[in-house]
Amino acid sequence: MQASLIAPPMSVGVKVNDFSIQVATVNGSGSQTANTVLMRSIFQMGVPVSGKNLFPSNIAGLPTWFTIRASHQGYIGRKKEIDFFIAMNAETAQEDVLKLAAGSAVIYDAPLKLSELREDLHFYPVPFDQLVGPVCPEAKLRKLVKNMLYDGVAAHLLGIDLEEMHKALYKQFGPKKKKAADLNWGAVLAGKKYAEENLTKTDACWVAPMDRTAGKMIIEGNTAAALGCMFAGVTVLTWYPITPSSSLAEALIHYLGRFRRDAETGAGTYAVVQAEDELAAIGMAIGAGWVGARSMTCTSGPGVSLMSEFIGLAYFAEIPVVVIDVQRVGPSTGLPTRTMQGDIMSNALLSHGDTKHPVYFPSSPEECFTLSQAAFDTAELFQTPVFVNLDLDLGMNNWMADEFPYPETPIARGKVLTAEDLDRLGGFARYKDVDGDGVPYRTLPGTRHQAAAYFTRGTGHNDKAAYSEREDDWANNLDRLTRKFESLRRALPAPDVQLSEGATIGVVSCGTSRYAMEESRDQLGREYGTKVSVLRLKAYPFADGLGEFIDRHERVYVIDQNRDAQLLALMKLDLGVERVAKLRSVRYYGGMPLDARTVTDDIVRQEGL
Amino acid sequence: MSAPAAPKKVNRVGLEVLNYRGGKTTLCAGCGHNAITERLIEAFWEMGVEPSQVAKLSGIGCSSKTPAYFLSQSHGFNAVHGRSPAVATGALLGNHTLKCVVVSGDGDTASIGIGQFLHMVRRNMPLIYIIENNGVYGLTKGQFSATADVGATLKTGTVNELQPIDCCLMGVELGATLVARSFSGDKRQLSAILKAAIAHNGLSVIDVISPCVTFNDHVGSTKSYAYMKDHEEPLHELDFVPGFSDIEVEIGEGETRTVEMHDGSTLVLRKLGADYDPTSRMRAVTVLHEAAERQEVVTGILYVDPARPNFMDGLEIVNSPLATLPESRVRPSREVLAQIVEEFR
Repeated sequence: MQASLIAPPMSVGVKVNDFSIQVATVNGSGSQTANTVLMRSIFQMGVPVSGKNLFPSNIAGLPTWFTIRASHQGYIGRKKEIDFFIAMNAETAQEDVLKLAAGSAVIYDAPLKLSELREDLHFYPVPFDQLVGPVCPEAKLRKLVKNMLYDGVAAHLLGIDLEEMHKALYKQFGPKKKKAADLNWGAVLAGKKYAEENLTKTDACWVAPMDRTAGKMIIEGNTAAALGCMFAGVTVLTWYPITPSSSLAEALIHYLGRFRRDAETGAGTYAVVQAEDELAAIGMAIGAGWVGARSMTCTSGPGVSLMSEFIGLAYFAEIPVVVIDVQRVGPSTGLPTRTMQGDIMSNALLSHGDTKHPVYFPSSPEECFTLSQAAFDTAELFQTPVFVNLDLDLGMNNWMADEFPYPETPIARGKVLTAEDLDRLGGFARYKDVDGDGVPYRTLPGTRHQAAAYFTRGTGHNDKAAYSEREDDWANNLDRLTRKFESLRRALPAPDVQLSEGATIGVVSCGTSRYAMEESRDQLGREYGTKVSVLRLKAYPFADGLGEFIDRHERVYVIDQNRDAQLLALMKLDLGVERVAKLRSVRYYGGMPLDARTVTDDIVRQEGL
Repeated sequence: MSAPAAPKKVNRVGLEVLNYRGGKTTLCAGCGHNAITERLIEAFWEMGVEPSQVAKLSGIGCSSKTPAYFLSQSHGFNAVHGRSPAVATGALLGNHTLKCVVVSGDGDTASIGIGQFLHMVRRNMPLIYIIENNGVYGLTKGQFSATADVGATLKTGTVNELQPIDCCLMGVELGATLVARSFSGDKRQLSAILKAAIAHNGLSVIDVISPCVTFNDHVGSTKSYAYMKDHEEPLHELDFVPGFSDIEVEIGEGETRTVEMHDGSTLVLRKLGADYDPTSRMRAVTVLHEAAERQEVVTGILYVDPARPNFMDGLEIVNSPLATLPESRVRPSREVLAQIVEEFR
């Protein structure tokens, strides 16, 4: 097979390992397998890739676009421009093709006659329906198998190693579906053969072998977070299905079923309940946290809104619970299958009255894995609800990731008094600040000691958890909770800071904005000669490093994937006026993953470069 | 010369009834809820349940304050309005060895909490769910709840025209395995029901008509002491014999029906008028509908199925409480992580 690989010419204008492929299909047509195989083939050739699925809120019949970015520099954020387009959906094909930049390549279903639309593109017509018949005798499977033909055509035109595609395809189907894999491999070969015999390569995109993906995985953030929860020792998951967080719960259920059974009896060391709604999901998680379980729920913006009252109770009654929020576009039902950092403020401040909560901002699958573990420790160490703030882009798209580190520190269960402790102490006051860090001691229901019990309530209470409407009791309690929050600030991970020598401009972001931020920094340096430092926040309350970073720079741009500059607004609550005066906002809120060019263009505009 | 002090009366775990008491009630004098609190104290003491192994929960409202007034040596949780079923469910997920008792009201259960109530019923969660039902919102000073009967009037003269929700009917229909209705003033019956509920290994829904002396105990109220006196129709006389007791049941005149509970206890139903079979769902539904038509309140054990598995049975979890499993049982090995990583390469 190696012999048939055509090598890229080393001429000017050729894009080797630096382009985006987009496949336009109809959802429910089974194109996901073909797209994954195409992406993995490039990845296996050692080229950094990312895969983003732009899908409708619908089960079958509406347009879907899958974008694969190959980048020898290792940029894995979205790239706005499409260089290589595969048009399989008649409904969107014309509009899609009209939007392409001049010089792009188009593989298309021949009857669509797209080449008549423009003269500045490289067109490759393929009669998919004619080709699929001979390789797939069973008519009802043809719709699915047809997609594999474009993998074969693309492999030929882009110079993808067929051996790698073969490996990717058989991995995708797994050993149990060998017959289906054989059928699909036949389609790849037919596509490849047709391209060899009928198409002449004229566009600039090529894949060439590299060595930048050795040892790496391709994984979705939701799966990575689910694995983090399992290795954190989660014991209770209560959830309600909602896009885009359902796949997190489902991945966790899958792995718990495989790896969290008692070796002797086969009984689970976990409980999972699909609740009747988000109110019940969070209520159950809080009940479980109260008795001492490592409990969690996962949801998205609409669910977070519903959980508001309960989160206030858990904050005030000081009950550990982890909430993973995979953000989608709001307000309201919004765009359920598009991405946004829309819940930064609500995660940090959810519920009525004086409330605030720690929030983790993972930016990669590795951090989804490590920070969701950290969230469970933080919840128990500080007896409070903890949010893990993902977004749809991170949660549901395919990311390259390094091998996950096995947790090296023991699980932290926090200040829990046992019956022996109570014998020694003679008793305890549930909300007393014994250690000066604002974190009180608790006992678990079921502790066999007559001094163990206390009454948990969302109403005013004193040190001993007794009902109180006294002014001093209320204020003392709130002040202690403030001390606890400041202890938290010192315990949370510091931001990731990359300083540029002599830079006067800084950029700050959290979560998936990282990729556009870092690529934009390089664009500003390369194209405008402007030096930029970057800082990525990993958690709220913000560590002191943020203030120092602002002090070092004249202007600091805060990237937000929302209209209302939520990250910037949260920083305003935490920082003094002099620092706030230096802040500028860069915002994007169209629902697509943020791209570097959008950030660069806005900074250039505001800087007057 | 004074007589020697009588030996203190203790239960089978060596505790006095004092160990089952709670804080002083802050409810109105004469409130039906206080009588229910007394019966709960007696029942838990008589059954010899260790207070430390009980979790008591509630929502919001007058009824939901009561867990502070009994079993002060048990952990208590006063949750948010209408949502105690979820919190109780979570508590049992985390520690299924706890004996869980939830006290709610008619507003907390049938109005704001009807969704969680019904789903708890569907799951047959192994807990005791008591509805202190007075048909009115006390803590917000006298608005109708969803259990108010058609034609019932408020002190202000407002007449309810909406259909009441019958929580017992819901309980029977949707999967609770012990459903009872009682009256806060009926000491003997309520006591037997509560003890049966403590012995029961599934969900017990106990709807207790509990007159609100301040807002709903007047002529025109169908949840007043006077109305209940005239309209209560006991289905049977009840006795409960704990499995650990060697006391013979005082079998009186007439026929009896006995139901053996999961833990070996016995529920004895003594025929009053027509014989009543509490193991028949159809019969329970019919009796409830017929009583409503006659504007009567039937009390007693309406339905019981001691054999049906509860939600926790179906989860197939380890015997030890999940909450306190050590790290070695909840964090998979290094090899497992390596295996998973390989699958994504």
